Amino acid sequence: MSIKLGVPSKGRLMEKTFDWFGARGVSLARTGSEREYSGAVTGIDGVELVLLSAGEIPRELSAGRIHLGVTGTDLVQEKLVQWEQKVEPLAELGFGHADLILAVPSAWVDVDTLDDLDAAAAGFRARHGFRMRIATKYHRLVRQYLHDGGVSDYQLVDSQGATEGTVKNLTAEAVADITSTGETLRANHLKVLAEEPVLRSQATLFRSRTAPMTSAERKTLDALCTLLNVGE
Amino acid sequence: MTLSAVKSKAYALQAQFEEANAQPVDCAILQPAETLLDLYGEDIRTRAYVTTDPVQGEVMLRPDFTVPVVQKHMDEGAEPARYTYAGEVFRRQEEHPERANEYFQVGYEVFDRTDPAAADAEVFALFSKTLQGYGLRAVTGDIGILTAAVAGLETSERRRAALTRHIWRPRRFRNLLDRFSGKLPVPATRAALLADANPMAKAGPMIGLRGEDEIKDRIEALREDAKEPKLSRDQVALIEALLKVSEACPFALEQLRDIAVDLPAISEAVERFARRCDALEARGVDVQTLGFEASYGRTSMEYYDGFVFGFVAPKRPDWPSVASGGRYDALTRQLGKGREIPAVGGVIRAGLLVELER
Repeated sequence: MSIKLGVPSKGRLMEKTFDWFGARGVSLARTGSEREYSGAVTGIDGVELVLLSAGEIPRELSAGRIHLGVTGTDLVQEKLVQWEQKVEPLAELGFGHADLILAVPSAWVDVDTLDDLDAAAAGFRARHGFRMRIATKYHRLVRQYLHDGGVSDYQLVDSQGATEGTVKNLTAEAVADITSTGETLRANHLKVLAEEPVLRSQATLFRSRTAPMTSAERKTLDALCTLLNVGE
Repeated sequence: MTLSAVKSKAYALQAQFEEANAQPVDCAILQPAETLLDLYGEDIRTRAYVTTDPVQGEVMLRPDFTVPVVQKHMDEGAEPARYTYAGEVFRRQEEHPERANEYFQVGYEVFDRTDPAAADAEVFALFSKTLQGYGLRAVTGDIGILTAAVAGLETSERRRAALTRHIWRPRRFRNLLDRFSGKLPVPATRAALLADANPMAKAGPMIGLRGEDEIKDRIEALREDAKEPKLSRDQVALIEALLKVSEACPFALEQLRDIAVDLPAISEAVERFARRCDALEARGVDVQTLGFEASYGRTSMEYYDGFVFGFVAPKRPDWPSVASGGRYDALTRQLGKGREIPAVGGVIRAGLLVELER
């Protein structure tokens, strides 16, 4: 049997992952037609490439169906409860940088910190009769962040896309989303709070702590780690 | 530990509470999520299971009985009333996956306005008697004393309200005290805002529901607050001294009375504590050795606003409290739509008792 390596199945994230492995003597490639999700690994024997959506890689790692996987820190921490017990980060790959941030309308000149946000939320609830809405798809991370920051009188509303538009559309008062340059935020008249982001994320190589391995597979994993110069 | 053992323990405890004149009540497992979310805020989602019903919208697997029992009493109950219930509650355990996410609670709740000190003592004494022989340690506290202290601080109404709002979030509370007393500097962003004669000039287009008037109101409030003198170190020290009180009841009472000399606003609450000690003694509770911690109960669910208590297993520091309870007058006001009734009660976790018996 072989070690399974999960890699994002499309786009820049896939290409950059291929580059990162290639630079270390492990070449990853898609095989078959443009649309077929299968791949090949050369440079080491006993490693199988599994192409997956980046969002599913945390779940597959935690279930032990893949041994290694490349995905964003944000996705691992949002989707896995007690993630440290399920996966181990082996290496930050230096690309796919994105911060999970909280943003409010630029017009809120009185709100820059979490303290301000909390005070504004209290005022908002008193005025409008409901808790201030923050649109996001990162519910767990944002809730924990606001809890630690002592913010109350807010509610999270789910937004799986075009989150920056929710304020203008009056379905939320603030947003929590991933951003790399902040351009979309500015274009939508939003500003990032002057606080540490909820999370700084980048593409990271994770090892599953739960995937079963034979002694031969363990040897392959060790050899791969040595080749990549990661882990122990 | 089998489920049937826990169930029979729970019903045996409920029978004991019925003997203490409580009327048995039951509540639906699925509760409307909105009520609980409005009370506890978004944080409740980390502790309770939320699911969706196509007709009712978001519903929650009951995380406790108190809220539905209060609602039931406000809707149909006669006064005074004593209730008991036994059933499962459901709690998500993201931080402690080793803890049960579904367990039996047996409760006793008293709605009685005649003599609050006596009602506090009645509940505590009943729990104390019921839990005898399990080697548990009792802790008590009183959120009302801290609330009274904040209400009596020599500072603006706005600052007192901010502190009161965060009594249940000790870190944020501390942060506010430090800010108001000048121990923490004004953040640069705030200083810049206050220095700007016309901050709205930079606002750009107005989007969203929070209107320009709201923003201007808050800026005005911040300007007023900036003129406010610092909260004195003495006042902060009094709150700190108060929060540190952790003694057997008689000594705690003595310390609190000393603090009340400089912070007379707490006198009434401290005397309520004194009357509760007398009432507990009259019920046969050994008040001389009963622990009192002024900060006890601050991190639990935010509906207790007076007397609070817990029973913990000293040999199992990894466990939550085996039993806990307190007074929640404000909750009945919030749920009562204009009506209120003083209420106090508590719950026992039947499963933990079964485990202790093994």
